[in-house]
Amino acid sequence: MTVLATKRAEAKPRFGPPASLSVPALALFGFFAIVPLIIALGLSFTRWNGLGSPEWVGFDNWVTIFSDPAIAHSIWLTLGLMILSWVIQTPIAMLLGVFLAGHERYREILAVIYFVPLLLSSAAIAIAFRNLLDPNFGLFASGAIPFLDQNWLGDPDLAFITVTLIIAWQFIPFHTLLYQGGARQISQSMYEAAALDGAGRVRQFFSITVPQMKYTIVTSSMLMMVGALTYFDVIWILTQGGPGDATRILPLAMYQTGFVANQMGLASAIAIVLAVVGMTISLTITRLSGFSRMESQMEGE
Amino acid sequence: MMKAKKSLGAVAAVSGLALTLAACSSGDDADTDTSAGAGGEATAGAATVWVTAGTESVLDASIAAWNETGNGTLEMQTFENDPFKQKLRTAVSAGEGPTVFSGWGGGGLAEYVKEGAVESLQSALDAEPELRDRIFPAVLAGGTVNDEIYALPINGVQPVVFYMNQAVLDEAGVAAPTTWDELMAAVPVLKEAGVAPISIGGASKWPYLMWIAYLTDRIGGPEVFDAVVAGEPGAWEDPAIIEAASMIQDLVEAGGFVDGYSAVDANQGAAEALVYTGKAAMQLQGAWAYSGTYSTAAADFVEAGDLTWTTFPEVEGGAGDPTNVTGNLSSYFSITADSAEDEKATAMDWLLHGVMDDQYVDDLTDTGAVPPISGLEDKIAETDAPEWNEFVYSISEDAGNFQLSWDQALDATQADALLTNLEQVFLLQITPEEFAANLNEVAQQG
Repeated sequence: MTVLATKRAEAKPRFGPPASLSVPALALFGFFAIVPLIIALGLSFTRWNGLGSPEWVGFDNWVTIFSDPAIAHSIWLTLGLMILSWVIQTPIAMLLGVFLAGHERYREILAVIYFVPLLLSSAAIAIAFRNLLDPNFGLFASGAIPFLDQNWLGDPDLAFITVTLIIAWQFIPFHTLLYQGGARQISQSMYEAAALDGAGRVRQFFSITVPQMKYTIVTSSMLMMVGALTYFDVIWILTQGGPGDATRILPLAMYQTGFVANQMGLASAIAIVLAVVGMTISLTITRLSGFSRMESQMEGE
Repeated sequence: MMKAKKSLGAVAAVSGLALTLAACSSGDDADTDTSAGAGGEATAGAATVWVTAGTESVLDASIAAWNETGNGTLEMQTFENDPFKQKLRTAVSAGEGPTVFSGWGGGGLAEYVKEGAVESLQSALDAEPELRDRIFPAVLAGGTVNDEIYALPINGVQPVVFYMNQAVLDEAGVAAPTTWDELMAAVPVLKEAGVAPISIGGASKWPYLMWIAYLTDRIGGPEVFDAVVAGEPGAWEDPAIIEAASMIQDLVEAGGFVDGYSAVDANQGAAEALVYTGKAAMQLQGAWAYSGTYSTAAADFVEAGDLTWTTFPEVEGGAGDPTNVTGNLSSYFSITADSAEDEKATAMDWLLHGVMDDQYVDDLTDTGAVPPISGLEDKIAETDAPEWNEFVYSISEDAGNFQLSWDQALDATQADALLTNLEQVFLLQITPEEFAANLNEVAQQG
């Protein structure tokens, strides 16, 4: 069925705005994204401290990327952050989103409260948490609740999970908003039909809500995972990649290598890795999920 | 179409870096447009001055006075530290830098000198030796690269000293430690009394440097780190550096540092707050902590005489002179080599005869800074905090050696590796030997 449908779609003559309308967008994209990417690729084969002129060093930087344990550690942390972010954020955001999709008054009031983190800048969030979690003057420093009186940001074993949770706190509202929209799109008639068939609330959620929100899940997951490659500001303010290198994910490693240690060549190579990984992830998810076809699930099945 | 859009996030992250790089990659053309092309007269021009925040009030007054004399004009822009470092590098590399810029001397200055980006001040100073010789020799050395002077100090000396909460020490019955053994002996006593012995802003990483810098100097003398700066092979694996790192770990293991020290933010004054609220007894920090935090955030504490200070403890059997200090020598002004001749002439004239003239020195001491200029004892005695200022002035002037902060003495690559590895020493994640070996490896790559 699917194969047939795609072929038919391709066979149809295409109507729509002329391709020339995309020229301005493509030109901007080319100038601000593709050209710098090519320059970065070129720089990744050089050694350059930002002053003077770059010196060609061949594949030295790339050898470093694949052999330096510090960079390997950063890559693992980045992957860990990506997966952990998804695992923490998706269920919470989905449940909240579905809950808030209802139109009752109390749900809308709760929605306003839940969305507050969306209004705050990353820097403000990071500074606020940094002070709340301060081991000596913070919220839990009194020791009233011993379990919470930890060195959240200063203990190398805790810092990473702390940072992940703060990022989750920041981004869950955004994904909740996506899921709320997704859930509101689902036709009420499907729930009515399911109820007639005797499906309870839980069954309805897993058999109707989740499958119907498939594309919302794909969009949200992709934003989360590709987003994890770009998290910078919050972590930079919270820990600067520390303690030690416990939270030095790839974007931080790139910044520190480039603009603190002034090794522009190596930093460019890290940047290229980030770009390639980001594109690979989004392409893979799109392919695997059939997202690009965007067919409706209302009929058939 | 959706695909392209989703990948944009990653591409944008990369292009942020790449764009900045692209902006600097035109460096070779060294075309002197924007700042340099504007000049008219042959002898005095319109010079631009870029400076990091902190000394604006003094500089503003100096520039205003200078502009009235008719010897060319000066225009100043002020920046925050970290953005400034990047902006300056990009601008100088692209030939669009200011005429005069501020820096911290040491390894950072040496990078600019190596690229031929800064003008030598040696001959101008040789013509007027009295201007040169009034500057503390150690501070002048910070602006000197390969025996040529490239930079002149513009603000106060900021040695790193030991701050103490005297009330806390008295209550615990502990005297100010004069030797390392006394310090180690004080640790359990203070802990017993329920206070943290030493406060430190570990989250910011750089406060860790002060400990290794002082200990290395006390154990092995300044020659040890001089060898590191000179890039001698194996310099990091000097026994003095390894011993210093293991003494730090002894102190960490003894519980010398406040609980959660690795999360205390030095930039927000939290480390000082621990001392003035009586939660910690001592702190090793630069002179800026006095004017920047103690005297402003805890004026009562300072006025009550509870804040006391001393030099870093002596290490028994160490080769280093106990009068040696480390810290920030000063900020420095340098002149960019790319600027037009008339602008350079104005800039040079101002650096020699405007900066650190009598009025400038008066203004500077009024702000609580201690200028690195000889013969100011009387002026220092008349300031608001004479005891403190005399202490800073005398330890700086009498120092057997004034070691520039390690991160500034080294080039950026080594400095970054040093901070990361040193933090791991404080967190007991690596041994002193690993610390030395890791840094040796970075030094050899450079």
